[in-house]
Amino acid sequence: MSIEIIKDKCIGCGRCFKVCPGTLISLGSDGKAEIKRPERCWGCTSCLKECPVQAIEMFLGEDIGGLGGRLTVCREQHLLHWKVRLPDGKETTITVDSRNSNKY
Amino acid sequence: MNLEIKRIETDFLIIGGGAAGCYAALTFCRESDENVLIIEKADIVRSGCLAAGVNAINAYIAPGRTAQDYVDYAKADADGIVRGDLLLTMSERLNKTVKEIEKLGLTILKDKKGDYVTRGNRNIKINGENIKPIIARAVLEEPRVTVLNRVNAFEYIIDGNRIAGVYAFGVDHNVLYVISAKAVLCATGGAAGLYKPNHPSFSAHKMWYPPFNTGAGYAMGILAGAEMTTFEMRFIALRCKDTIAPTGTIAQGVGAKQINALGEVYEHKYGLTTSQRLHGTVVENLEGRGPCYLKTVGISKQQDEDLQKAYLNMAPSQTLRWIESGKTPSVENVEIEGTEPYIVGGHTASGYWVSTDRETTIKGLFAAGDVAGGCPQKYVSGAFAEGEIAAKASLKYIYDRRIEIDEGDIDKRKKQLEGFLNRTDSAYTVDQLECSMQDIMDKYAGGISMHYRYSDKSLKTANEKIIELEEKAKTLSARDMQELVYVFELLERLTVCKSVIAHLAARKETRWNSFAEHTDYPTKSNEWVKYINSRLENGEIRIIYRSIVEEGNIYEH
Ligand SMILES: Cc1cc2nc3c(=O)[nH]c(=O)nc-3n(C[C@H](O)[C@H](O)[C@H](O)COP(=O)(O)OP(=O)(O)OC[C@H]3O[C@@H](n4cnc5c(N)ncnc54)[C@H](O)[C@@H]3O)c2cc1C
Ligand code: SF4
Ligand code: SF4
Repeated sequence: MSIEIIKDKCIGCGRCFKVCPGTLISLGSDGKAEIKRPERCWGCTSCLKECPVQAIEMFLGEDIGGLGGRLTVCREQHLLHWKVRLPDGKETTITVDSRNSNKY
Repeated sequence: MNLEIKRIETDFLIIGGGAAGCYAALTFCRESDENVLIIEKADIVRSGCLAAGVNAINAYIAPGRTAQDYVDYAKADADGIVRGDLLLTMSERLNKTVKEIEKLGLTILKDKKGDYVTRGNRNIKINGENIKPIIARAVLEEPRVTVLNRVNAFEYIIDGNRIAGVYAFGVDHNVLYVISAKAVLCATGGAAGLYKPNHPSFSAHKMWYPPFNTGAGYAMGILAGAEMTTFEMRFIALRCKDTIAPTGTIAQGVGAKQINALGEVYEHKYGLTTSQRLHGTVVENLEGRGPCYLKTVGISKQQDEDLQKAYLNMAPSQTLRWIESGKTPSVENVEIEGTEPYIVGGHTASGYWVSTDRETTIKGLFAAGDVAGGCPQKYVSGAFAEGEIAAKASLKYIYDRRIEIDEGDIDKRKKQLEGFLNRTDSAYTVDQLECSMQDIMDKYAGGISMHYRYSDKSLKTANEKIIELEEKAKTLSARDMQELVYVFELLERLTVCKSVIAHLAARKETRWNSFAEHTDYPTKSNEWVKYINSRLENGEIRIIYRSIVEEGNIYEH
């Protein structure tokens, strides 16, 4: 379980540093976000939700049966658009509206 | 490296800006004109248990039910070892705290009449993805609350038996904080990472409880001589395999039963308390009928989709798993497993021994939420309720005279921290010692690999080995402040481990299978219907037995 910061996309805004409950993300010497200890990530997705350019992707480690899928999320006011991209390029998007409760 | 010293004075200090800490700050502002300071090792916007979101309000009194019903339920689940006074005072406040959070912006499912839709007798359905930012925003809007993010508390300042403040240090800046306060609330949550986790390598932190809640509050209390209770009632979660996502949403949401590999429903064979559900799964596996599952095959397409959405609001890794494997819950049953044991007073009853007012045995020091003992099944609304009780009770100290802090003591703490920061020749790393600690706890103090069982002999070994590790940990080095946090997290965990071991050894019965399963004493006995408490005296853990406190009574130290 961890995240990867896609350096080409990152604009160095620092929003992800602030929210990580484990203070795992910091500013690298290249002015972009970096996670020094990816194995310390809890997988809470707080940083993904903050990133304005979807530069952070979450994946499941192979040790917990990960298959290479990548999760990103894009916030649009009340909506969270969650996207899973599979290794073959296929994408699935699920949108959750924070004004609607869980059914369960 | 040289640390700068910063002195801060406040009236009410809250250590840990999670569920209990944030709610306490809001309550305090309503009740008093004095100032509040929250110190938080991360950032209150998303710190603690609530970072990813929650799926439901698990502690709520549904229409037609009473606070006493909730007390009875929690008491039965813990087989009697609870504080009735704490449970009742919490239960009476649950619904009110939920209303408050709704006012702040939490989405709660309602029926056509505008009433909350309940899930059973004790649950309501919400969209809890943003519960933490919602409450954090309210705290940040209060002009009398100051929040110091990225500040890690590590030791109480005590004068006689009265709290005077806390020592803390910057997580990303070279500062030793000396914080003086008239009353202090400890709300640092429980302790994860004591035992070897389900997946000890790359995904080691894919655990249920936040790996960043490392038991700081317990350790600070233990070392300051506070009385602690029921550390032997460990919490072990039954979770979706690998992702360690909650199972309740599936079990209660679509009515999925626990089945073994033969397809047999086994839950009724063992009983339905939290520990029995887990224990049943352990036994089914041991007797060759595992792996075990939640039977979801056959649910409707709509249910399948709703579950995928619901998990995005609290455990997105489970939805990722379903989508990337193509094996969504309607296609494949969800495999379940037990986690490693945690110490968490919001689920079981471990933590500070407190008065009905949530005051610890140290005067002026209060505890609320997962760090406070005696009051299991609190969950998020119970943490709010305890935050409220503690904040109100703290008022009686707010007009006290401020206690002077000894300069020599400050200098000692500075030297202690700089010792770790300036050492370069350590033979070990934090990671090595952490793995070693988790391995010891796993093998000798009832971890996953031992099916959660232990004996007097194995506990004795565990204790000896943890003490050896403690000596090694004193020689660690830290290259920067973040690494210093890691050193202190390890030290805290080692302190908590010793107390857990002492408590497991002291309860000479097996009341809760898996949670505390002593192979030398495999059955339960009426003689043990009492609390096991402990206090550090001259470096030794002294066990104290106390008799059960019923609801309706007020308990004072
Ligand atoms: C994964 C998960 C899912 C859950 N789902 C639900 C649910 O659906 N429904 C429900 O009702 N309950 C749920 N709970 C339970 C609920 O979230 C907790 O009971 C509640 O958040 C506990 O509140 P707390 O304030 O004690 O701890 P937390 O909210 O964790 O707060 C503790 C705070 O202290 C800080 N801290 C720790 N150490 C230090 C230190 N040394 N110095 C400074 N700060 C420090 C932490 O960073 C954190 O912010 C869930 C818990 C978990 C872990
Ligand atoms: S997923 Fe959570 S724990 Fe992991 S880096 Fe992002 S914010 Fe931190
Ligand atoms: S939030 Fe996104 S863009 Fe901003 S620093 Fe983090 S990764 Fe880079």
